[in-house]
This record gives sequence, structure tokens and C-alpha cells, in this order.
Amino acid sequence: MEWLRELLFLPPGAGSMADDLDALHLVVIGTTMVGAAAVFAVALTSVVRWRRRRPGQRTARVTSPKAFEVGVALSLIVLFVGFWVVGYRQYVDIRRPPDDALTVHVVAKQWMWKFVGPGGRRAQGVLVVPRGRDVVLRLTSRDVIHSFFVPAFRLKQDVLPGRTTTMWFRAERAGTYPVFCAEYCGLDHSRMRAFVVALDPPAYARWLEGERVTQVAGLGARADVDVEVDSEGGEDMITRGRALASRYGCFACHTMDGQAHVGPTWRGLYGSTVQLASGETRVASDDYLTESMMEPEAQRVAGYDTVMPSYRGVLDATETAAIVELIRSLEDRGPAPAVDLPPTEVHEAAPDAGAPATRDGGTP
Amino acid sequence: MTDYLRADRGIASWLLTRDHKRIGVLFLVATGVALLVGGLFALFMRLELATPEATMIDEGSYNRLFTLHGVTMVWLFMIPAIPAGFGNFLLPIMIGAEDVAFPKLNLASFHVYVVGALVTLFGMLIGGADTGWTFYVPYAAGTPTAVIPILVGVFVLGWSSVITGLNFIVTVHTMRAEGIGWFDMPLFVWAIYATSIIQVLATPVLGMSLALVGLDAGFDLGVFDPERGGDPVLYQHLFWFYSHPAVYIMVLPAMGVVTETICTFARKNPLSYRAIAYSTLGIAFVGFLAWGHHMFTAGMSTFDAAAFGILSMLVSIFSAIKVFTWVGTLHRGAIHVSTPLAYVFAFLFLFVFGGMTGVAVATTSLDVHWHDTYFVVAHFHFIMVGGTLTAYLAALHYWFPKITGRRYSERAGLVGAVLVFVGFTTTFVPQFLLGNMGMPRRYATYPEQFAALNAMSTVGSWVLGLGLAWVLGVLAKALVAGARAGEDPWGSASFEWRTASPPPKHNFEAPPVLVGCYDYTGEADGEPEVRHA
Amino acid sequence: MPEAATHEAHFESLERQKMAARLGTWVFLASELLLFAGLLALYASGRASHPEAFRYGVAHAMVWAGTVNTFVLLTSSFCIARAVHALRADRRRLAGALTGLTLVLAVAFLALKGYEYHHHLAHGQVPGGRSAYFVEHAELTGLPAFFTLYWITTGTHAVHVTVGAAVLAFFGLSIVRGRLRAPRAHRLEMAALYWHLVDAIWIFLWPMYYLMK
Repeated sequence: MEWLRELLFLPPGAGSMADDLDALHLVVIGTTMVGAAAVFAVALTSVVRWRRRRPGQRTARVTSPKAFEVGVALSLIVLFVGFWVVGYRQYVDIRRPPDDALTVHVVAKQWMWKFVGPGGRRAQGVLVVPRGRDVVLRLTSRDVIHSFFVPAFRLKQDVLPGRTTTMWFRAERAGTYPVFCAEYCGLDHSRMRAFVVALDPPAYARWLEGERVTQVAGLGARADVDVEVDSEGGEDMITRGRALASRYGCFACHTMDGQAHVGPTWRGLYGSTVQLASGETRVASDDYLTESMMEPEAQRVAGYDTVMPSYRGVLDATETAAIVELIRSLEDRGPAPAVDLPPTEVHEAAPDAGAPATRDGGTP
Repeated sequence: MTDYLRADRGIASWLLTRDHKRIGVLFLVATGVALLVGGLFALFMRLELATPEATMIDEGSYNRLFTLHGVTMVWLFMIPAIPAGFGNFLLPIMIGAEDVAFPKLNLASFHVYVVGALVTLFGMLIGGADTGWTFYVPYAAGTPTAVIPILVGVFVLGWSSVITGLNFIVTVHTMRAEGIGWFDMPLFVWAIYATSIIQVLATPVLGMSLALVGLDAGFDLGVFDPERGGDPVLYQHLFWFYSHPAVYIMVLPAMGVVTETICTFARKNPLSYRAIAYSTLGIAFVGFLAWGHHMFTAGMSTFDAAAFGILSMLVSIFSAIKVFTWVGTLHRGAIHVSTPLAYVFAFLFLFVFGGMTGVAVATTSLDVHWHDTYFVVAHFHFIMVGGTLTAYLAALHYWFPKITGRRYSERAGLVGAVLVFVGFTTTFVPQFLLGNMGMPRRYATYPEQFAALNAMSTVGSWVLGLGLAWVLGVLAKALVAGARAGEDPWGSASFEWRTASPPPKHNFEAPPVLVGCYDYTGEADGEPEVRHA
Repeated sequence: MPEAATHEAHFESLERQKMAARLGTWVFLASELLLFAGLLALYASGRASHPEAFRYGVAHAMVWAGTVNTFVLLTSSFCIARAVHALRADRRRLAGALTGLTLVLAVAFLALKGYEYHHHLAHGQVPGGRSAYFVEHAELTGLPAFFTLYWITTGTHAVHVTVGAAVLAFFGLSIVRGRLRAPRAHRLEMAALYWHLVDAIWIFLWPMYYLMK
């Protein structure tokens, strides 16, 4: 397997899907090469075998038997549909994130990648993940279309403005893997690079504690990418979400104590099934909540009016992520927590966004 | 009787001609210039990509260069070259007609093409655009470069394409000479007919989409702006609804050329006329339904991906049927390898390999890795250059005696074919491997690990460029000093060879008897004069 | 100069020539339909993702103007069809008069559409969504998309009306001056076909932008 990979210049596979995809890759490309060579060989043989012996030579009229034509067409259909079936099953696996995955929010903008991981750890140019754990990326763009491409995982996902797309992977080997932007996005498209750093669980834990990734992963020598890690304090996401919700006036319509107001309450919203005005139902997932902030009208809950403005372009992805984290923290588990404050008080007492960080992410 | 070249004299007699042959020649010259310009852009790009960092030109210039290369090659060269060039010249003769149905409209189509080309050229001269030939929004709506004149130019070129297509459809329906039924026509006519249907039905959608991008860029209408309720992915759907079928606008006529060339040089009837005719229509039809495979990584639902995946596979089955029929046609033939057939052999190899890599990228899960990498660049260049350009060169050599009345040097022609084939393979095979490695397309600079293969590709591009320059030289020499061709230098039975070369102004001096365009069984096909000049 | 019923040299017969003209026109109409298909796709997609905004937009359209215009166009289509009929019977005066009436209706359509546009402008319902009106309705994120599409679609249609009217005016003059007579009635028929297309497209736009609340 490895030598075949090298023959085709495929980088070593590091993602959970890479081996399956490469296997199909080898079968498809192998068939391709054999097919093209066979056709060409038959054509060349014909040139020799049926070369013209004298000018104006007459030939017999030859037509193919129907059975031959049908047989060729059918066998090709079987072959191609076979590729398609396997490819489609893999595609479904690629597109369907597993349930209890680690969520990382990714923001693309000309020409950099920013990541907000669990606990609000941020990084630019470096996505730090634990080895062997499913990771879901929620990607959005601030400007034009980008595409998040990790060759070592054989995966890519377009990153669209005004929309959140998701991709998932599991790094099977610890290591550092290049990330490219694959959708042309302007002047420095070719320099919009980053790295995925997959750490062994203990190292990942140290990173979560605040240690620098350059030390954890020995990245210091890599000069070919702008690595800027933990530039902002890794403030507690829920606190930050509360501050933001207060600043942007969310509490004018939403409560955290279970009472319906102008809009649905946030208490117990996360993970619940909501009945939409359109008649459909949705589970209030990260996706749904993000979409509802960007596109309130599209997924409006039945029984509420169209009054919520869109927060697209107002909230950036890290802010959106913080508010989603806040709502997630209010997932119904027994009585309301004591920290719940009436909306107005929250408004008054909201900590500033730049409140002292709980951890100084910059220094270990 | 004087031939069409000498029938009238003066520039005006060319620029205002309504003779389909002269209009065909005008298109061939204009698209030839476009090929030259687009080729120079390509050589510059490859030169810059010889090293990882930006050396000769900066990133901004590189981004414009690949855009202009794409725009020139797709809209100024490939879409009109075979249909409007060779199609115009040959289609009426092949059905025994005196002209196309609407000669004035035909001339208008050329004039519209020139206007579109000039507007595009103007856009290039004032700086060019840096959006890629796909004009994806929102980038294209906000780029600081001269995207609007280029959009306008392409929009106008689209009209030329629609007019040509309309003319050909009506011509095939109403102008066939007595006795030529649908299944008596040379298969090149079928190819042009199917192409015309795509041109007429798909181009308006492109025109509207580009107009909307232009409105976004010029007047800030935000049609595709998500903040104002638009959807940038919807643009991609509209764009590819045209541009995927446009691939078949480029490749179907090429397939028609291949059929004609193989039958003539193998002195054989096609193994199955109907298989080729029906698969031509099949490609045209199913080609309209496969566009979504350009968006497998855009966040498409898995259901859509499944549908677009299987439809894309279906297109390749039609293409495969054609390939088998071509190879089968060689069987029990009387094959003489001349330059056109050499190009057709290059076509067969490159098209089968390129087409099979098409099956590979239509495999949804594999496309996730390959999408927007050099693998895709190599794949479509195998189809567009390996397929269409080699067929175009085959046509150029095959019909050169028909159009000019002169012979080119066979030996020099074969050298050109070998140079083009070697150059092409050296340029684009490394790009497949670069794609596997994960190098994205449209990269002005790249990390060190991609350097060796890129250098190899660049060297290949020089050989390809040299090969094309060689071909130009050979044909230019033949134009001036080539031997007289005579009516039918290849000993072909096809209808276009049953009149003088070059043909008289009204195509046939006397009403021709047109039966058996692939009949090599015996009677009526005079002694061929295949000679090395 | 009165024309004879001759055909152009490269056609076998006048019948063939007429057939070619007819087929050519139909192919052109198919092409034109596809031009609008992109706009219809945008509308469908916009409506699917912003049902509220699109309903709101439709509910605030000038229904009476759109409806009157529908009948104006339908009547004009009827007139031009009768004009073709009259020309075939060589009733030139009637054909000329009916073509003239079609033109008057075309101008009426454009005038009413212009009045509507003026009304929209006055209310800030401009294409591009950059006006106070859209700030007021900020909660309807799809409203700019609705009005942009409305302007572009009806605008493209109005351009077609104008072109169609110009073609009809040309043929109308030819009829009045006696240059277009029964043997070449198929020319007016082609123009009429185009006019029916313009009408048919409006039959789609009318519910999309005025009725489907």
C-alpha cells in the first residue's frame, strides 16, 4: 500500500478516512491506466495488422453485432456504478459528523485561517487537535469563498460567507499536516496556508492548560507559515457569550430562565426539537443556532413573530461560537442554575468583553 | 469555374462575405490568433511556476495571467474553433447544400465574435481581471481589477455562439440535399448538430449569470451577496449549468473530427454509425444534468451529490461507447498513418486517460481530495488540450488541402504531432501527481515539496510550445509553397471531398450525387494519391 | 416595389425558406426562454430560503398595475395574431391597423410599468437593497434579494417588450407602405411569435411578483 501511495505521490495518510479513500483511489486510477493503455495498444496493433497495402485498397463493410455493443455498455455501467456506490458511501461518511465530537470553529478571511477550539483557545494558522478523537469543524468566511483542504486527511470543505459548513476528521497519527486554501480567493490565495497539529492526548492536555503549541509540537522551526498562537486570552466561552448576548441586546427578547418572551427562551433550547413556522421540525444543534443568528427568518420557530434582525456581519464566528456555548450551557439539566440573572440585571452587570482573562494564554 | 478563394477579391469581399466557407476561414484565422495569445499566456504561467516563489511576476500579475489564459482559450478559441471554423466550412458541403440557412446571420455571428473579442482584449489591455475564467462570486463582484469589460466581452461572445448554433440547427433540418436522410450524413454533421443544441440552450443561462455578476460588480446590486439574501453557491449552479455542457461544446465537434479522420485513413465504415450518432445526442442531453459535480465540496446535500455523481458517470459511458466504436473501426481497415491520424492516436490515448480520470473525479468521495487541485487541472487539460486541441490539429491537417487546395509536408507534419504529444504528456502528467500531493490550483507560489514536478511540467510546456510553433511553420510553408492537392488527396469517400479542393463558390458545380459517405467497399472512389510530399 | 414570391438562391423553394424561418424563430424562442430560466431559478431559490421576505414583497406589489398589464399584453397578443391572419388574406389596411393597435398596447404596457417603477423608487424599493426602506425592514433578510430580482426580471422583460415593439413597428411600416404583403406574411408571423413569447413570459412573472402572497 505504502509503495503504491508513493508511486502516485500521495502524501502519507493521517486521517481516519485516508486509507479507505486511497484504496478506492488506487482501484480507480489503476483501472484508468490499464484502460487507456489497452485502448491505445489495440489501436497500435490494428495499425500494424491492418496497415494499408496498396493505395485505394477496398475494405469490407463491418458492423458490430448488437450483443457486443450492449455487452460493452453494460459492463462499463457495472464498473462505473461500482465506483459510484463505493464512492457515495464514503462521501456519506465524510459528510456525516459523529455525535460526540470536539467542536472547533474556523473563520477564514483573506488570507488567513483562525481557529477557536474547546474552552475558547484561539489560534491563527494552527489548528491543534488531539490524536484519535473525532473533531468537527464549523467553518465560515468573513469575505469571499475559501476552501479548507488537508491533503493528509484527503478532505476539503468550501468555506462560504454567510453560511456555516461543517467537516469532520479524526487524526490517526500525531504530526503536523499542511492546510491549503483550495478555492481561489484573490491576491494571496497561494499563501493562505496553515497547519493541523495533531497531539498525543497528554500533550493536548498540556496545550489546553496553556502551554505553547510550538513547544508541545516542536513547531518552532517551521518558518513557512505565520504561526500566531493564543494571541487573545482564552477567556471562558460561556462568560464571553453572556457578555456578548447582553451587548447585542439578545436579552431584550430571549430569557435564560425558561420563560417565553418575544422570542423562545434559551433554557433547555439546546438539543431540543423545535417546531418551525414552516411546519418542519429541527433539532436545535450548533448548526441550527448559528443559522438562526445569521438567518432568523429562514428557521423561525412557530408562534413567534419575524422581528429578529440578522446578525450576519455583526457577530464574527468566535462571537457566534461563544453565544452558542452559552446556550449549550443552558441545556436543561434540572433547576435553573444560580448564576441565572433576570435579563435587565444581566444587561447592567454584563462584564465587558475585554474583562480580565481567566487564564493568560500567552505564557505557559 | 473559379474556387471560393479567387471568386472575389479585396478585403471587403472577405469581411462582408456571406459565403459560409469564407466565414469559416475567418473564424479559423481569428481563433488561431486566440490560440496563439492564450498559448503565450500559458507559457508565461508555466515559466513563473518553474520555481516555488514569485520570481518573474508578482502574485497579482499571475492571478490575471491564469484568468486571461482561461478566458482566451475557452471563449475565444475552443468554443468557436471547431464548430464555427470547420463547422461553417464543412457542414453545408457535407449535406450537399449551397450555404447555411441564414448567410447574413452567419456573417453577423462573426462580426459579433470580433466585437466580443475586442471588448475582451480591451479588458485585458486595461489590466485584465483576476477572477479566474469562472468569475466566482463574491470575489468577482468585489475585485479591484477590470472584470466588467471581460464579462461584457464574454457575454457578447455568447451571442455569437448562439447565432452560430441556431443557424446550424436550422441548416441541418432544412438544407439537406435530396436523398440525404438523417442517417446518411457524415457523422461530423451529427457532432456539430448536437453541439449547436447545447450552444443554443445553455449559453443564455451563462449570459444571464455573467450579466448578474456584472451588475453586482458594477452597481453593487448584491444579487449573490449573502448579506442581502443572495447565495454565492447558486451562482456556481447557474455558471456550471452552462459551463459543464460547454465542455461538450468543446469536445463533441472534436469527436466528430476523430470519426471522420479514422474512417478516411482506415478506409472503413464506422463500426456502428448509430452508436456514434446516438451517443453524440446522449452526451449533449445528459451533459445538461451533470453540472453539480463541480460543487461536491460546496456543502451539497448527499442526495444531490449521489444524483450528480451517477449522471456524470452516465456521460462517460456514452464517451466510452464512442471510443470502442473508433477502435473497432480500425479493425479490418486499410490503415495509412498520416499526420491527421497520428493526432487522432494522440487523441485516443489522451482522451481515454483524461476521460477515465473524469470517472475518477466523478467518484464523489475521491473528488473531495482532488477538487480544486492540480489533478482537476490536469484532467480537464487532458480533455480540452489532449482531446480538443489534438482533434483541432488533426482537422487542420486533414482539411488543409480542402480549404487551401495545397498539401503540407507529411514528414514535417508527423514531427509536429510527435512534439505536441510528447510536450503535452510531459506538461500534464506531472500535474496529476501534483494534485495527488495536494497542490491546489491557481497558486502563484507553492511550498518547496511541489517544486520538482512543477519544473518538469514547465519543461514540457516548452516542448508543447515548440511543437505548436513547428506546426504553424509547416502549415505556413505549405500555404505558400505546398503542392497542389487535387480534389481528393486522401481518397476519402466523405461528401466534402466530392467537389474541387478548394471548392467553387457555390460548393458543387453540378448537383452532386451524395450517397455512401463511408463506403469503401468498392465502386466509385477513385484512386487515392497518398504521397509524401 | 411589390415583391414577388421568390426565394433566396440557396434555398430549394420558398416553402423550404419559410420552414427555415419558422424553425429558426422557434429555436431562438427556446434560447430566449433559457435566458429567463436562470432568473426563475434565482427566484425559486430565494423564495425557498426567504419565504417571509418574498411573501412580504409580493404583498406590497401594485397588484392592479400588474393585472392591468397582463390584460394589456394578452389583448396585444390577440391583435397581432389577427394582424397575421389579415395579412395572409392580403387585407393590408386591417393588418396595418391591428399591428398599430398592438404597438399602442405595447407602449401602454411600458408606460404603466414605468409608473410602477417610479412608485417603487419613491418608496425606496430600489435594486441592491441600499435605502432607508431596507433598513426599516432589516428583519426581512431576503427583501433586498426580492426587489433586486424583481427589478432585474421585469427590467429584462421590459427590454424584450421594447425590442419586440421595435420589430413590430418596422413590419407595421412595411405593411402600410405596401412592401410586406401576403406572400411574405410569414415574416410578420415570426415577429408575432416573438411577441407571444414576451407575453408568455409575463404570464409567469405576473403570479411570481404580484399574486403569490
